This record gives sequence, structure tokens and C-alpha cells, in this order.
Amino acid sequence: MKFFRSSSNQTAGPATPQKLTRRSSGMGEISRLLNCEDGLCVLDLGSTSASNIRFFTGKGHKIYSEDLLWSSLDPALRIQDSAGKPVLDSKKFLEENLVYENAQFDVVLCWNLPDYLEENLVKPTIDRLWSVLKPGGFLLTFFHTRDAGPDSICYRYHVTGTDMLEMQEVKFAPPGHSATEKKSPRLQRVFANRHIENLFHDFASIKFFLARDAIREVLVVR
Amino acid sequence: METPQTGEFALIGKSVVIKGELSGSEDLYVDGHVEGKIELRNNSLTVGPNGNVKANVSAKAIVIQGKLEGTVNVSDRVELRKTAVVTGDVTAQRIAIEEGAFLRGKVDIQKEPGKASA
Repeated sequence: MKFFRSSSNQTAGPATPQKLTRRSSGMGEISRLLNCEDGLCVLDLGSTSASNIRFFTGKGHKIYSEDLLWSSLDPALRIQDSAGKPVLDSKKFLEENLVYENAQFDVVLCWNLPDYLEENLVKPTIDRLWSVLKPGGFLLTFFHTRDAGPDSICYRYHVTGTDMLEMQEVKFAPPGHSATEKKSPRLQRVFANRHIENLFHDFASIKFFLARDAIREVLVVR
Repeated sequence: METPQTGEFALIGKSVVIKGELSGSEDLYVDGHVEGKIELRNNSLTVGPNGNVKANVSAKAIVIQGKLEGTVNVSDRVELRKTAVVTGDVTAQRIAIEEGAFLRGKVDIQKEPGKASA
């Protein structure tokens, strides 16, 4: 399985990648919760974002930051399955990541993580997120639609307003490479609605928001 | 990137390794390796670009350019520069994070000093 986009091996790109903005209906719903309750616990699974930390702490909430996609690049996670195929060790991954008490979070921001995470980590990760969410807690995640190709740009998301997000291209240095050889992660798959519903089978409700930019926003409630 | 000036900081250079408890009443610049606990209640800590701190830290303010692993409890301001790699929970009144900084842990902004959350 290819983790990085083959077409994005550039070292001479702009120092600061271009940022785009998008309106997010899912974030709008979460903002309503954030505005009417105090001291909520938010888990942000994207890259460290000063905007997000400022946004949530500014409203009096606590934010936990953990970049799961980056953590999944750890070479120590690579094992071979029974057929000799290289896979990631999901058990070890969850021993080292998402280690929180049950029902600790009111909101989990998953962003586009499931689309870029390696296959065998997706379901165990969503199951762990179910455990760490409080009953009634929200999880927001984005999925590409079928219109998206494998070389769709992987973005990180910065919350800039009640329902506004700033998007910035994600680039990682592959393990064993220098920081100047950054590449953008590759879209691993496109989930159909039925697969998304199965993925969040244990959750109490699921709501889809369709957007124009080949993205489906999914807001699930535990 | 600021360089510590003699007399303004107590300096732990990049070849220095300290294991144990560090406390003091002057500002501290760590560019070496410190493992244990750092207490600078009324002063600031700067972790330099070569600094590698594995300690729970209490200080008035902290600027991180290198690596820090541990709980950070600051009565005023935390600043994560673009090269900072922080693993641990951060409690402060104010936080500033440069693009490129890495943080894995909780951020809890305390509006009034001394009022710790549960």
C-alpha cells in the first residue's frame, strides 16, 4: 500500500503552503454545543494547530492535540500479516495512541483521518474513539466522495470561525528521509455511504452533510 | 532565535546532562539534557533548540524551541517555537504556538492563576 502521493515529491515548493477556506456545517453544529456549555473536553486528531487551540481555549474549553496520521508513520508499527503482507500493528498503535480514560471527551475532531489512515487501523481507531467519547458526544469527520482521485490533496484543518475552516496541505517527511523531503499523504480509499454507516455502527446517530468540494462531512453522536 | 546573554540566564549548555530536581529563582536556559523536575515558580525557562527536557516543569513562563516531555504548569505564558516538540499536558494563562510546532497533549488555559481545573 502506498502511503504518499507519487506526484508530490517536491522540495522546492513555497515555504508556506497555500491556505483555502471552506464553510463547515458539521463544525457549525459543534459550535452551537461549544457556545452553550462550559468546560468541554475536545480531542483534535489533526496536526497541531494554533488556530484550533486558540479557538477552543478562547471559549473556555480544554483541547487535546494528537496527530494520529503522523503517529501511524512510525516504522516500529510495521509488521507482516499471516500471508506475509506488510501491515501496521493496530494493537501496538492503540497501545501508544489514543490512550485516554473512557468517556473523557465531549467532541472529537477526526477531520479526514479515516480516508488517509491505513486500512487495518481504521476500524480499531473508530472503536477506540467510541470508547473515549462521552455518551451524547460528537465526532466530526470528513470523507471524500467518488469524484476524488487518489492524488487528492490531503489537508489539515484550522477552525477560524463558528462554521469556517481554513485548509492547509499536509506534508510529512517519510520515515528515514530528511525534513526537506516532505510528501503529501495519499488518499487510501473512498468510502461509500454504506461503509461509513458500518464504520459508525455502534454510534447512536449519524448525519451527512454534502459539500461542493467532493467532501462529505459526517457528524456522529455516541 | 535569541541567544542567552551572560548574567541574564543560568545556562545549561548542550553538552550538559542533568538528572534530578532543578529549582531556582533566576531565569534558566536549557540547551542540554535535563531529566527529572524543574521548578522556577517566579522565573522563566527557555528550552533551546538543542534542549531535551524530560521533566515536569513549573515556571512563570516558558519558551520551547527544542524537545520537552512532561507536564508543563505555567502561571503566565507558554510559547512554542516552530522547532518545538512537546509531549505532555500544558496549563497556562496564555499560549502562543508557531506554525510547525508539534504538541501532543492537553492545553488548558487558566484565566486566573492558582485556579487549577480537575
